[in-house]
Amino acid sequence: MSPLAQCLSFSCLLFGVGLAGALTRRNAILVLVGIELMLNAANLNFIAFWRFGPHPEQLTGILFAIFSIGIAAAETAVGLALIITIYRHRGSTNLDDLTSLKG
Amino acid sequence: MGTAFCIAALLTLLGGVGSMCFRNLVHCAFALAVSFVGLAACYLLLGAEFVGFAQVLVYVGAVAILIVIAMLLTRNIESKHEPLVAGGWVMGVCVAVLASGSLILCVVNSSVVQGPVSARPTMSTRALGEQLMGDYVMALEGIGLLLTASLIGAVVIALREKEER
Amino acid sequence: MTTGLDQIFVALKHWVVSLCPTGWQSIVSMVISAGAILGVFASLFGLTTLLERKGLGRIQNRPGPNRVGPFGLLQPLADGLKMLTKEDIVPRSADQLIHFLAPVTMVVPVVLAYAVLPLGRNMEAVDFDAGLLFFFAAGAATEMAVFMAGWSSRNKYALLGAMRAIAQMVSYEVPMILSSITVVMFVGSMSLVQIVESQSGYHWGWLARWHAFTPWGFAGLVLFVVSATAEANRSPFDIPEGESEIIAGHLIEYSGFKYALFFLGEYLGLFSLSALGITLFLGGWHAPVVWLEWVPSYAWFFGKLLGFIAFFIWVRGTLPRLRTDQLMNFAWKFMLPLVLINLGTAALWWYTGSWVFMGAAVWRWLICAAMVVVPYAVLGRVMFERRHLGPRTYRYAS
Repeated sequence: MSPLAQCLSFSCLLFGVGLAGALTRRNAILVLVGIELMLNAANLNFIAFWRFGPHPEQLTGILFAIFSIGIAAAETAVGLALIITIYRHRGSTNLDDLTSLKG
Repeated sequence: MGTAFCIAALLTLLGGVGSMCFRNLVHCAFALAVSFVGLAACYLLLGAEFVGFAQVLVYVGAVAILIVIAMLLTRNIESKHEPLVAGGWVMGVCVAVLASGSLILCVVNSSVVQGPVSARPTMSTRALGEQLMGDYVMALEGIGLLLTASLIGAVVIALREKEER
Repeated sequence: MTTGLDQIFVALKHWVVSLCPTGWQSIVSMVISAGAILGVFASLFGLTTLLERKGLGRIQNRPGPNRVGPFGLLQPLADGLKMLTKEDIVPRSADQLIHFLAPVTMVVPVVLAYAVLPLGRNMEAVDFDAGLLFFFAAGAATEMAVFMAGWSSRNKYALLGAMRAIAQMVSYEVPMILSSITVVMFVGSMSLVQIVESQSGYHWGWLARWHAFTPWGFAGLVLFVVSATAEANRSPFDIPEGESEIIAGHLIEYSGFKYALFFLGEYLGLFSLSALGITLFLGGWHAPVVWLEWVPSYAWFFGKLLGFIAFFIWVRGTLPRLRTDQLMNFAWKFMLPLVLINLGTAALWWYTGSWVFMGAAVWRWLICAAMVVVPYAVLGRVMFERRHLGPRTYRYAS
């Protein structure tokens, strides 16, 4: 396998791990952790394509990864604030207890 | 790819699997931090120094800490009497295996990855800065606005309402 | 001769590396740099523990340690022996692995941060293009170590101390990084070597071109030093480990060599932050006046570092401790606006550098100094008047 294929398969594996965690764990925070892993796998994809791609001097992959890191940080902050508020209202972060949309 | 990349990749995968499998929530958060560090090592080995340092600074120094503090504020750290995973966990794992398996198949069989391996590109921070303020300045302003909005939003959402005492 | 003395360590390192076979040369070079950094700063740590106790003692009108060796000079040795031979008590319900890894996670990133600091002319271990970012990234991992220590001890007070310590460190990281960004904006590079080189040359032939001799640089230096004091959990910001408040906070359950490692990590962090402040604002290894240029560059660097250490010891012995809410208010409501305005001042200084009319330098100084002093006075006055100081009430036990 060429180095690019190795990097990409590794990032797909990491994406799969994050997806499995986000779909199976009960705690809302762990779902966010899975989402972070998926975002990181996508970042690795961008960096791999920057490194092994045709135009590395254009820095597209690096810029995309930097913006993705910033957006992930913002999304984590808001998501965790939401989870904290939900915990205050419902008393639990267990996803099985948060099944009704009624306030 | 060299052995250093294999070690970093193994560390990242182990951290990722650990963060999804531990029973204790804070252990999950620490395993996530380990996988972030592993990924930063991967970025450094691929030649993207700026992204590697930014990854450690933002993810390990801020996101992991946020996750840990949120875990502490929601007090649900160790639940011995509850089962580890939700009811339909087999389906979830199957979906994940299918998704990642099909992606890996596509990657391995595609023609994009068959190209020649170029030399290690050099990235100067100055070029990055010039691109950020040149071609990507609207995206930069947009992400500044986004971060400000999310900062204010997170503070407002998590603010303890005073009249609920 | 002075050039030889200046470059003596660099020449020594090159000579030792040239003695090795070609395949090993890069590894030997790295090992020599790392070993030199560790050796120098670990012995500086030992010296500082003694200096601190004697300095604090003199401020408090007592002699400090003077029993072990002449003037107490062998006290660090005695302290080290004591720490090594103390029993390592770990609580039974503590999280064993994380309790063990927390001191390691504290010390390793802090030592890693020394790799980019230019200790003298040509004396940096690595010259990254984004060296400043590397430094801050290495410092960010320290917060994780603090949390690991506090949480793994399974102790309410440890956890409380850890939360406060993390809140403090995260809050003060923002003014610290923003005041460093001011320098990056002015110099045009994040490489610490280039930042030092941009401070070479002399004003009017004799005064060095340090950034601290400009209005924005002076404000930046003050803000940086205050943030560094808070980042290193140093008095007056040492609520996380104040003995009369929370008895060592996140370090309660640590004894013996693990506590010594935390202590080492904290002091090494203090040294690296001081060294960064020197590099950014005080000209790194440059001499202040042109007549003293013959002193070797590393001597200037370590002289300035010792000056910073003396300053920190002095502040510790003088100022009372800040409460947590006062600390957080100070960071977010006072320092953050000042740091942002400082960015504008630096930009204005750069822009007005191209003024050439008569009296331009005076106008430049007046405007930039006003931009530094006026927000400081206004914010200080606003924050002072917001304090609701009512009459003091007393509650007695019934």
